[in-house]
Amino acid sequence: MSSHNPLLQLIICHLKGFLREPEAIFWTYGFPLLMVIGLGIAFSSSRDEAIQFDLIEGPGADKVITALGKDPGFTVTVQPRENALNRLRANKTLVVVAGSNSGGYEFHFDPSNPEAEVARDAIDDALQRAAGRKDAFPSSEVKVETPGSRYVDFLVPGLIGMNLMGGGMWGIGFVLVDMRIKKLLKRLLATPLPRSQFLLSIVGPRLIFFIPEAFFLLIAAHLVFGVPVRGSIATIVLVALIGSLAFAGLGLLAASRAQRIETISGIMNVVMLPMWLCSGIFFSSERFPQFMQPLIQALPLTQLINALRAVILEGQSLLSQGFALGILLIWAIVCFALALRWFRWN
Amino acid sequence: MTHAIVCSELYKRYETGKKAVDALNGLNLQVKTGECFGLLGPNGAGKTTTVEILEGILEPTSGEVEVLGTRWGTTEDQHLRQRIGITLQETRFQEKLKVWEIVQLFRSFYRHGMTVEQAIATVALEEKRNSWIRDLSGGQRQRLAVATALVGEPELLFLDEPTTGLDPQARRRLWEVIRDLRERGRTVLVTTHYMDEAEKLCDRVAVVDHGKVIADGSPNQLISQLGGEHVIEFSLEKDTTNGIQPADFLELEPVIRATQEAEGFLLTVTQPHLAVPAVLEFLERRQGRLNSLTTRHVNLEDVFVTLTGRYLRDE
Repeated sequence: MSSHNPLLQLIICHLKGFLREPEAIFWTYGFPLLMVIGLGIAFSSSRDEAIQFDLIEGPGADKVITALGKDPGFTVTVQPRENALNRLRANKTLVVVAGSNSGGYEFHFDPSNPEAEVARDAIDDALQRAAGRKDAFPSSEVKVETPGSRYVDFLVPGLIGMNLMGGGMWGIGFVLVDMRIKKLLKRLLATPLPRSQFLLSIVGPRLIFFIPEAFFLLIAAHLVFGVPVRGSIATIVLVALIGSLAFAGLGLLAASRAQRIETISGIMNVVMLPMWLCSGIFFSSERFPQFMQPLIQALPLTQLINALRAVILEGQSLLSQGFALGILLIWAIVCFALALRWFRWN
Repeated sequence: MTHAIVCSELYKRYETGKKAVDALNGLNLQVKTGECFGLLGPNGAGKTTTVEILEGILEPTSGEVEVLGTRWGTTEDQHLRQRIGITLQETRFQEKLKVWEIVQLFRSFYRHGMTVEQAIATVALEEKRNSWIRDLSGGQRQRLAVATALVGEPELLFLDEPTTGLDPQARRRLWEVIRDLRERGRTVLVTTHYMDEAEKLCDRVAVVDHGKVIADGSPNQLISQLGGEHVIEFSLEKDTTNGIQPADFLELEPVIRATQEAEGFLLTVTQPHLAVPAVLEFLERRQGRLNSLTTRHVNLEDVFVTLTGRYLRDE
C-alpha cells in the first residue's frame, strides 16, 4: 500500500515541499529559460546588423555622409569631437572617424576588440571605393548561417549542463544540510527507517527530475530559436543521467559533514565556481591556456557539456562519448563512496 | 515487575580538539515497565546525552544499556526501533508540509500503529490537521512531535524536554497527553528541568547532576528524604538581622535544615504549627523584625537545592 511505503512517502514529502516553494521552481525552471532567451536574442541578432560608427563634425564629414549615409550597411552618428571620443571610451561606439583638410581620414578604435577592427576595415573600404578605388577583381559572398553553429546553439547544452550541476548540488547538498540543521536527520535515525532508504529518497528523485530540468530547456530552445536536436533522445537522456549521477554524488559528498548553512554554501561555491568559469558554459573551455587543460578536462561539468554538445548539436553516438562518460562515472563512484563513508547523521 | 530500561555505569566523553568533556560519569538507571519516569536536572547535567544513548542514536564511551530487553548495535536494532518512539529536544519539520502529511510520513516507517487520524486526535491537533507546520505555535509543534513519536504505538516513549519554552496552558495540554499515554500502559521516560512537571507527571524520578544520578525514587520519597515536609521562608528588615546565622535555628525542635538565601532564610521543618511560633519567639528574642514570611510544601526544587547546593536555573 502506498501510504505504508516509507520510500514513496519520503519522496512525496520532498516533492510537495519543492512544489510549495515558488522560488525553488523559478530558479530551477524559469531562470535558465530566461537566460537562454535573453542570451539567445542578444547574440543571434547581432550578425547582420549595420556597422555603427561616430563621425566627428568638421572637414571631410559631409563627404562621408554622402558616401555612406544612405548605405544600409552603416549607421552614422555625427558628434562633436569630445563627445565622439567619450563615447568611444565608454564603449558606446566601436569606431570614431575624423576627416582632415588633406582629404584623408583618421580612425579611432580599440585594436584589442576584433569587432572594432572589422568595422574599421569595412568603413575604410567603403570610403576608398566611394573615392574612386577600383577592386582588382570582383568577389562574391556565400553566407552560411545554419542552425547548430550559432551562439545560441552553443549556449543551450552549456546551460543544460549548468542546470544539472545546480540540481545535484542544491537538490541534494543543500537539502541534506538543511535537514541536519533542523535535526530531522537525527529524528529519522531514531525511526525504523533504514538509512539506505532515506539516502535513496534524496538521491532517487534527482535521477528522475533531471529529465524535466534538461528537456524543458532543450524543448523551449528548439521551439523558440530552432536549436537542433540531432542526436537520439535516448542518447541525450543517458548522457544527462550519467551527468546527474556525478553531480548527485558531488552534492552528497559536499553535504556529508557540513553542520551549518554557511559551510555548505561555501563548499558549494568552491566546488561550482571553477566549473562555471572553466567548463565551457558560455564559451569554449578550449580557450583556456594549454597547461590548464588537463585540470579543466577532469572537471565533471566540462565532460558533461562536451558530451551534451556532441550528441545534441552533432548527433554523435553514445559510444563516441565513452571518454566523457567514463570520467563522469568515476566522479560518481568516488563521490558516493566517500560520502557514504563520511556521512554524519547527527 | 520487569524493567523497560536498565543502564549501568554509563560514561560518555566528548572529544573536541584538545578539550575533552565528560558528559556522563557512571550513570545508573532503571525504568520499570509501565511507569512514567522523570529525568531531572539542570541544563548540561547529561540528561539529553543519557536519553540519546538509550534511544540508540549515540554510543556511550563505556557502559551497559538494555532497552526492552535488547542491546543496541545488533541486527535487532531496526526491530527495536519499531517498539520505541521519541521526541528530540528540538526538531523542525519542513515548514511547508501539513500536519497530517508529517504524521503519515512517520506512520509509514512503522509496521504497526494507529491511524494518522488517531495520532492527530491523541495530541488534540484535529483543528490543525491541514495547516502547514509554518503556521503552528510552539506548543502545537511539540504536540505534533509527540504525535510522530506515538503513531507507531511504541511500548516505550522518550520525550526530551517536551514542555521547554511552552506557555503554561500549552504545558498543561501536553501533560494531559503524557498522562493519557501512561494510563494506556506505555512506559514513558521524560526529561525536564521543571520540578513541578516531574512532581505532577512522574511515578519516579532520578535527579541527574554532572553526569550522575544523585538521587532517585518517587517524588514523595525524595521529598521525605529531606526529613521535613514543609518549608518556611522568611526575610528580615534591613539592620535587624543582628548577626542571626542559619545554624542558630537548628536549636529549635521542629527545624531540620536551615539555609541562608539571597533574600532571607529557608527552613525545612516537620510541624509547621509548632515551627512558626518557635521561629517568631526566637526572632523576638534576637530583636529581628520580619519583612515577609511564607510557608509551603517541600518540592523537588528543594530536594535539588539540598542535594547540590545550587538552584536548577542557576546554569
